Amino acid sequence: MNSSVDALATKMKWRQIWQNWLDGLFGTPLNTLITVFVVALLFWTVPSLFRWLFLNATWTGSAKDCALNTGACWAFIGAKLRFILFALYPPELDWRPSLVICLLALLLVITGTPKFWSRHLVYLWIGTVVLIWMLMAGTLVGPRVPTGRWGGLALTLLISVVGFACAFPLAVLLALARRSKMGGLRTLSILFIEIVRGVPMIAILYVAMLLVPMMLPLGFSPEALIRAQIGLTLFVAAYLAEVVRAGLQSVPHGQAEAASALGFGYWRIVRLIILPQALRAVIPALVNLAIGIVLNSTLVAVIGIFDLLNAAKNAANDPIWLGFYDESYIFVGLIYFTLCYSASRYSLWLEARLRASK
Amino acid sequence: MPGPKGPGSFNAFLGWWGRYPVTQFVVFIGLLAIFWIMGSNTIETMHRLGITPGFGFLHQSANFAIGESLIAYAPSDTFARAVLAGLLNTIAIALSGCVLATVLGVSLGIARLSGNFLLAGLVRWYVEVVRNTPLLLQLFFWSAVTHAFPAPRQAINPFGVIYLSNRGISIPSLQLHDIPASAIALSMAIVLTVVCLARLRAGKRTGAIGFLSISFFVLLGVSLVFHLSGAQANIDVPALHGFNITGGLNLTPEFAALLIGLVVNSSATIAEIVRSGIQSVPAGQWESARSLGLQPGKIMRLVILPQALRVIIPLMTSSYLDLTKNSSLAVAIGFPDLVSVLNTTANQSGQVLEALAIIVVSYLTLNLAVSAIMNRYNQRIESRGFSLR
Repeated sequence: MNSSVDALATKMKWRQIWQNWLDGLFGTPLNTLITVFVVALLFWTVPSLFRWLFLNATWTGSAKDCALNTGACWAFIGAKLRFILFALYPPELDWRPSLVICLLALLLVITGTPKFWSRHLVYLWIGTVVLIWMLMAGTLVGPRVPTGRWGGLALTLLISVVGFACAFPLAVLLALARRSKMGGLRTLSILFIEIVRGVPMIAILYVAMLLVPMMLPLGFSPEALIRAQIGLTLFVAAYLAEVVRAGLQSVPHGQAEAASALGFGYWRIVRLIILPQALRAVIPALVNLAIGIVLNSTLVAVIGIFDLLNAAKNAANDPIWLGFYDESYIFVGLIYFTLCYSASRYSLWLEARLRASK
Repeated sequence: MPGPKGPGSFNAFLGWWGRYPVTQFVVFIGLLAIFWIMGSNTIETMHRLGITPGFGFLHQSANFAIGESLIAYAPSDTFARAVLAGLLNTIAIALSGCVLATVLGVSLGIARLSGNFLLAGLVRWYVEVVRNTPLLLQLFFWSAVTHAFPAPRQAINPFGVIYLSNRGISIPSLQLHDIPASAIALSMAIVLTVVCLARLRAGKRTGAIGFLSISFFVLLGVSLVFHLSGAQANIDVPALHGFNITGGLNLTPEFAALLIGLVVNSSATIAEIVRSGIQSVPAGQWESARSLGLQPGKIMRLVILPQALRVIIPLMTSSYLDLTKNSSLAVAIGFPDLVSVLNTTANQSGQVLEALAIIVVSYLTLNLAVSAIMNRYNQRIESRGFSLR
């Protein structure tokens, strides 16, 4: 008896789904027309794309094998994978960028797990950032590697994470200053934030690359990567400050007033009462900003730093494997997409979770 | 120095300056000192390299070529003219990009809400792919595509009037000639009258749709005047002549790649903005409008869109600003925009500080202009009338 009711319910459910699909595709004459057009478009593009991507592709072999085939040359990716991931880093020391990628992945996973959200995360971030920088530079073990030879996926992740981490304290100070009643500091903060947000990031990178060496005394000029990193950090700080400010605004006045009545000083109120609530309110915006940083970090390619995108471009400049730009761009595009799409899904999941816990 | 100001204004200043006046002052002085040291270092470096600080170099001959320019430009022209050419290129790409991105983005946003599963799903993946890959990568891709078009004789020729070749993209253009002065005067009179009439009834709402339909009729009137006055207007369709494509409007491969890249990138953002704007209108609005017996088209036009626009317009503003700033990535694919020209200028003349100052000031001005226009429009559509507050 019960099972037949269940079966009927299932049948009804399936019928409902089937009906929804039917309406969604052929509900009205216009809808049917759109469906026909889209199907025609897919028939026109997908098969040839599929042939190029898979059926006629060359999976192993040399550039000559690829030239004989009409499809994509995935053998190129196999041959150039190391270069795309680590670029000019000394090949015998590949374990270092590999370890850095693993450590950063671990850091991001831990940071993304709500169970671990506490003030210890701050120490974890500081520790990891210092550790990976020393690991890449070779300060701790083994031969030193100048920053000019860092590159690939390891560099993209490194400058994004370091940029975010270093911009954070600066952004909190800027946001606090922008909301303070001290006119002087408020003006400075507004000027910085609005000017940086008003100009393209490439202009800030040019300042770091071209102007900073002129501004510093003769013989004292940090390496290009460090200058670009500082430029990226300042750029991120301005945008992050606005996100933090939105968070600060969402905390009710009563919180600070109550804490003040209990005798807390300004910094203790900010550290213990305001910031934990403010940051929690803007976590989804922070994740979206992090995605933006990874995507925008590609701009360092314009000033000649070998990030993931620039490494992919240069991989196809190799005389032996000349001109496989499509394969190269598709491959790194897939890496960027995987990183950013999963982060944006995570952000949606988190938003739903935070809304539910309210 | 003029005499001391009244105690009132000084006290007002102190009140504005706020707590810890001395500490704030020290921070100010410290920053000024850092800037002063950096500035003097820069000037010292420039002297060492034999460069004169200041904007005097703008009058010197630039000695570099610019790929394309809206004004006549030759390498023997001054740096100032080169910078102007770059600025005009940036404005051209930003304006055409904003218009096309809006058209494409709004269509995609509506397609996403069309109720057709297949179309909505397709648009959803378009948006996801575009928004989760770097813009620079997309520009490299479009640059590769536009440079990979065949030679003019084998040009791809969709719809018979557009030619895609390795010389760029040729599209039909509108050309006007033999325009009598009276026609210009009459059409200006029409435009002025309509503007004045709109001013007179400023108290009543026109709304976005009303605005569009008025613009349409003005355009119709003006073209009628031109037609009657005997002005020649013809559409110049590009055609293949010998080894080249002549006529029409030719977009260079670099311009086309940058324009397509920026439009595709921004359209994904705008599609999301339009979708979220329309979805932000509570379902009750649809239901009550329907229960009043309004047609679906009218519900959209009179009830949903005016409310959705309040969410949409501020977000559109920031996406227009992003497009304008992103156009500076032109430097990576060889289109001579403002940043690209000033980068060459800095390398040629060594006047790095001045070149970067021009970039910062130009972009801040452009940003202010776009925000000002959009804020004015925003004020027009903001919620007004009955309010419980």
